[in-house]
Amino acid sequence: MIKLVGFWVSPFVLRVSWALKLKGVEYEYIEEDVFNKSPLLLELNPVHKKVPVLVHGHNVIVESLVILEYIDETWKQYPLLPQEPCDRANARFWAKFAEEKLMKNSWTAMSSQGDEKKLFLQSTLEDLEKIEGELKGKGKYFGGENLGYLDLALGWITYLVPVWEDIGSITILDPVKFPCTTAWMQNFLNHPVIKEDFPPRDKTDFYFRTRREEILALVGSPSKG
Amino acid sequence: MAGTTTSDVRLIGAWPSPFVMRARIALNIKSVYYEFLQEQLGSKSDLLLKSNPVHKKIPVLIHGDRPICESLVIVQYIDDVWASGPSILPSDPYDCAIARFWAAYIDEKWFPSLSGIARAQGEEAKKAAIEQVVEGLVLLEDAFVKCGKGRAFFGGDTIGYLDIALGCYLGWIRVTEKMNNMKLLDEAKTPNLVTWADKFCGDGSVKDVMPETDKLAEFAKVLMAKFRAPPPN
Repeated sequence: MIKLVGFWVSPFVLRVSWALKLKGVEYEYIEEDVFNKSPLLLELNPVHKKVPVLVHGHNVIVESLVILEYIDETWKQYPLLPQEPCDRANARFWAKFAEEKLMKNSWTAMSSQGDEKKLFLQSTLEDLEKIEGELKGKGKYFGGENLGYLDLALGWITYLVPVWEDIGSITILDPVKFPCTTAWMQNFLNHPVIKEDFPPRDKTDFYFRTRREEILALVGSPSKG
Repeated sequence: MAGTTTSDVRLIGAWPSPFVMRARIALNIKSVYYEFLQEQLGSKSDLLLKSNPVHKKIPVLIHGDRPICESLVIVQYIDDVWASGPSILPSDPYDCAIARFWAAYIDEKWFPSLSGIARAQGEEAKKAAIEQVVEGLVLLEDAFVKCGKGRAFFGGDTIGYLDIALGCYLGWIRVTEKMNNMKLLDEAKTPNLVTWADKFCGDGSVKDVMPETDKLAEFAKVLMAKFRAPPPN
């Protein structure tokens, strides 16, 4: 039996479960409390101690983008990565960009205050302009007419950014500035596989409000370095 | 190098950069002829800024008129395009996943710890930074034993993706060892990696692109004086 160890709101876990569902691969989902890590998780991922972990027979695979490639290479139906080498390189490039820049910058814009907040919001908008540019002329999704690797890698934008905008009192996804991204989000959210496997808004909102308060309390505390 | 069956291949880079070296090694493995366009320290060419507007960084592989950026993305691209040459990524999906996992670990966790040695202020901090790097190398020693399965390289009998991902840093590892008068790769803790390092540096696809330690050490001094920063990204 294939197992996926995850955490309900994690964007890294969700992209893996979406990939498995798109491919029609059955699996057992094991919810992990990431604030109280189980012996199972520590044994499966001793290096990073993080979710997701995919267990496929004797194979244990960690790091979500690595898992996506493994899934695509193991189950050939519904290809996630494009066929052409330059398109594959492009998809990998933008997935890495979104992870290293957009996600970090938007999270920090949400969870910080004052000048730091302004700076990171500005960086977030600049990052999103680049993503918007990438979407022009693409069709329904980054993958064209079908959801692909890059859509799954960026799917977190559709449920985390609206929540972070609310909690952080910031505007990121302006439909006037980012019409292609806005249209892509609607297409993504309406996909049957995504609709079925989507964290509830109120629960997500509560989770991140709590996280933000913890971060602000930590930053404000004199004992924090 | 021997001729290529496809059109124009150019690589924008600089000789000290480990990231650029990855692309060069991959091209060498596939016997692809390429034009090497060297960037100068402290300035970025118009071609670089146009080809990599997002990050403005080297390496950039320009194949025909398509720019490909990010060193490990480039290595995978080279493997995909020149598929008839020796394989860089393993064919088995799980072996591939393991190679990708460790390559990501090297870039995201281990390399920052290596850069941390140069940035560490004071003896205690330096000692702690060195220990962190060695701990990472011990993990990689273990990975080598599992991946290599008794053969010369992480990739087996020939250099592969993970060899390239780690091996590109050997010049900088040696410079760090020299400048701090200690060993990061040693016989006691990482015997397999010590042997691997020599084989890697002596390989036909590597030896002409691996900078000499003394030359790199001189460059490091210039860099630190100029930018007061660790090795180039």
